[in-house]
Amino acid sequence: MTVPIHYFLVLAAALFATGAVGFLLRRNLLVLLMSIELMLNAVNLTLVAFNRLHPANHAGQILSFFVIAIAAAEAAVGLAIVLAFFRLRGSVRSDEATALKN
Amino acid sequence: MTKMQTLEWAFFAIAALLTLAGAVATVAARRPIRSAMGLLVTILGICGCYLMLHAEFLATVQLIVYAGAVVILFIFVVMLLGSAATSPSDDKAALPRYLSAGLFLACVVGGGSLMMRVASAKTKSTALPAVDASFGTIEKIGHELFTEKVIPFELTSALLLVAVVGALAVGRGKQADPTRQLPGNSGEEEA
Repeated sequence: MTVPIHYFLVLAAALFATGAVGFLLRRNLLVLLMSIELMLNAVNLTLVAFNRLHPANHAGQILSFFVIAIAAAEAAVGLAIVLAFFRLRGSVRSDEATALKN
Repeated sequence: MTKMQTLEWAFFAIAALLTLAGAVATVAARRPIRSAMGLLVTILGICGCYLMLHAEFLATVQLIVYAGAVVILFIFVVMLLGSAATSPSDDKAALPRYLSAGLFLACVVGGGSLMMRVASAKTKSTALPAVDASFGTIEKIGHELFTEKVIPFELTSALLLVAVVGALAVGRGKQADPTRQLPGNSGEEEA
């Protein structure tokens, strides 16, 4: 393969940074969940790239397979929580979640 | 540079561009439906990267699970919420948020460039080990998954079951369906 492995690692790092910055900046709960998905995808890409560098077994690919399953479960539960929160407050802004504040 | 190598670089450039452009669109879009579309583009770009890294089965799983289920779920919720999904912008506590995000980005860029400098000084060659054509196919991954990693695989099924029950319990709410007036049967089977 001609493209060196660290190009994929830098791409994954940039993707993770984008997701983390979005998680810090945005206050829409839906966009926060999508930022989490971006970060999980970046970790998956790193795992697969390192598995290409050490191809004795498929440990990285299988671990990212499990990460995909967990991300799907997280999206389902997170979106259910967003719906319940919307029913409670009529909004999906994360700074409206103040029930535990006082 | 042969024609094959040029094609490979072009494929990587397209995949990386799709990934980063989709990620920026996800984070920066005002409307969540556009964020979901950006997430879809990112997933397609990452799928291309998986194909380049000899992870064909994982690329398929990525398309089926993310593009087929997760993004659809997001779009479904955005449609369900309607206009309330787009939250109005205000500048309350904007400075700490931008400050924390900028600080994080500076740390990432600084640490990343430092690591790249150290790595490029230490490593001699960037040649990747050769793999046979069966690396990353469904046969090899399935064999490894069902022999060595069978316990985490079974635990994943328990996790998914708990997630399904939890999503149902959280998502259906307290009130029963008003159209259903059967006595003694107050909304047990909806959601």
